[in-house]
Amino acid sequence: MSNNEVLNSEMAGTGGGTGRRLLPYGDQGVLVECADLQDTQRLLAALTHSVPPEVSELVPGARTVLLILDRPLGPASAKTVLTASADPERRTDHASVTIPVHYDGDDLDDAAGILGLSPDQLVAAHIGQLWTVAFCGFAPGFGYLLGDGALPEVPRRSSPRTRVPAGTVGLAGPFSGVYPREGPGGWQLIGRTDLVLWDTDREPPALLSPGTRVQFVDAEKGPSDAGEAAAEPRPGPR
Amino acid sequence: MITVVNPGPLSLIQDLGRPHQSHLGVPRSGAADRYALTLANRLVGNREDAAGIETVLGGLQVSTDTATWVAVTGAPTEIWVNDIPTASHTVIHLAAADRLTVRTPPAGLRTYLVVRGGLDVEPVLGSRSTDTLSRIGPPALVKGQRIGVKESDRPVSGVEFAPSLPPRTRLQVSPGPRRDWFTDSAWQALLASTWTVTSDSDRVALRLNGPSLERRITDELPSEGLLRGAIQVPASGQPIVFGPDHPVTGGYPVIAVLTERACDHAAQARPGDRLTFTTSPQLHHRGH
Repeated sequence: MSNNEVLNSEMAGTGGGTGRRLLPYGDQGVLVECADLQDTQRLLAALTHSVPPEVSELVPGARTVLLILDRPLGPASAKTVLTASADPERRTDHASVTIPVHYDGDDLDDAAGILGLSPDQLVAAHIGQLWTVAFCGFAPGFGYLLGDGALPEVPRRSSPRTRVPAGTVGLAGPFSGVYPREGPGGWQLIGRTDLVLWDTDREPPALLSPGTRVQFVDAEKGPSDAGEAAAEPRPGPR
Repeated sequence: MITVVNPGPLSLIQDLGRPHQSHLGVPRSGAADRYALTLANRLVGNREDAAGIETVLGGLQVSTDTATWVAVTGAPTEIWVNDIPTASHTVIHLAAADRLTVRTPPAGLRTYLVVRGGLDVEPVLGSRSTDTLSRIGPPALVKGQRIGVKESDRPVSGVEFAPSLPPRTRLQVSPGPRRDWFTDSAWQALLASTWTVTSDSDRVALRLNGPSLERRITDELPSEGLLRGAIQVPASGQPIVFGPDHPVTGGYPVIAVLTERACDHAAQARPGDRLTFTTSPQLHHRGH
């Protein structure tokens, strides 16, 4: 059965009320479109524990998971990816990383202004929540981080910068992120870190991978001010 | 060892890439024309995923320290050993100090030179491929560079002449995940138009010039996974066909996806070449 036949079969066509859809992606993949960002995280959490045998690789996106296939996805596996769900909070296998940030980014004042906050309030909100890597992309080691707090969405800059230095910390939409290396970028830049996020001579090369928990701390303040989060990242299951 | 006497316009070391790293933001990369690389490896008795040299538009010249077997595949072209012409797509014996030259192919873009045993350079994340977008893997070859070659105890193929992929400018596609973000007339225009490959095409993507493809849904697309062969339509309406060094995710809708074999054909498209797309199955001169 080809991928398209699975997609067209009545059984696999819908998510049985989960709001998920299977979308065709040629002879090498299938794209699972989830109900929303949270549903994507629930699907990923489930597939991390048990991945269908046809699937060689998962590529998470904001609202989708691309399944790279060794062979066409069978009906049983199609049903699995349309319905599988696990609580991402209960994953115990994720790593925790503390990222010290110098909050002196070029867009800190502008981004705070857009949100109706003072720069200090924006920094406090950035530090005051636990972030999770939803997915990676854009560049090796670049994680799209979702916070558990209530920081409103910030639009991207209207014109992207051609050069953003490595270690720059930014905001865009619901995400925060750290540029692993120099490159172009359209995010609102709020600070920078000295931490090296991507190094192919290190094992693992990427500090961030999907599911990694991230605590930002203020690099200008001492360990006592930075709070317990710096010394002891919050344990996984909460 | 071999010595790069002249790298030509661009010569890169490529194997079959680094799968299973997409979740870290690292695409597979690897040979743009996988058919060609795997064929060359089979000819000289290598594993299909051994590393060879991918060179663009000929000009590559190498010499060998010791006697060995090599094969040249991809865009068919004239091969010279010292001052004697021979052919691509067959096994070639080189004596110690022989110098092999890959001439500019009359058609097609990429030619592959594989040495018996495979090139021995340090793998990065499990692969010896150069990823030009992520900047992972060995740098482009330079004049005078010496490259180690691995030992092999497998037999060289007895094949006199192996078929190249017939040149093809009509590429098979199927509807992509966001086909419904485009108007029906955009889909018809994709299939009915002749597309010109532009000069800013590279291993990341072929950029095409033709009619603008009109969107039905104009929302911003949240970033989603990409694959080699995905045909994405950015704001300009001019499609781009992703190659082996594609970004892992993209924020523009994918209207159609090339078959794996069509990706190998697309890897041979030169700037200025004209391509068309079809949803009809194509016959292939190969068993799988």
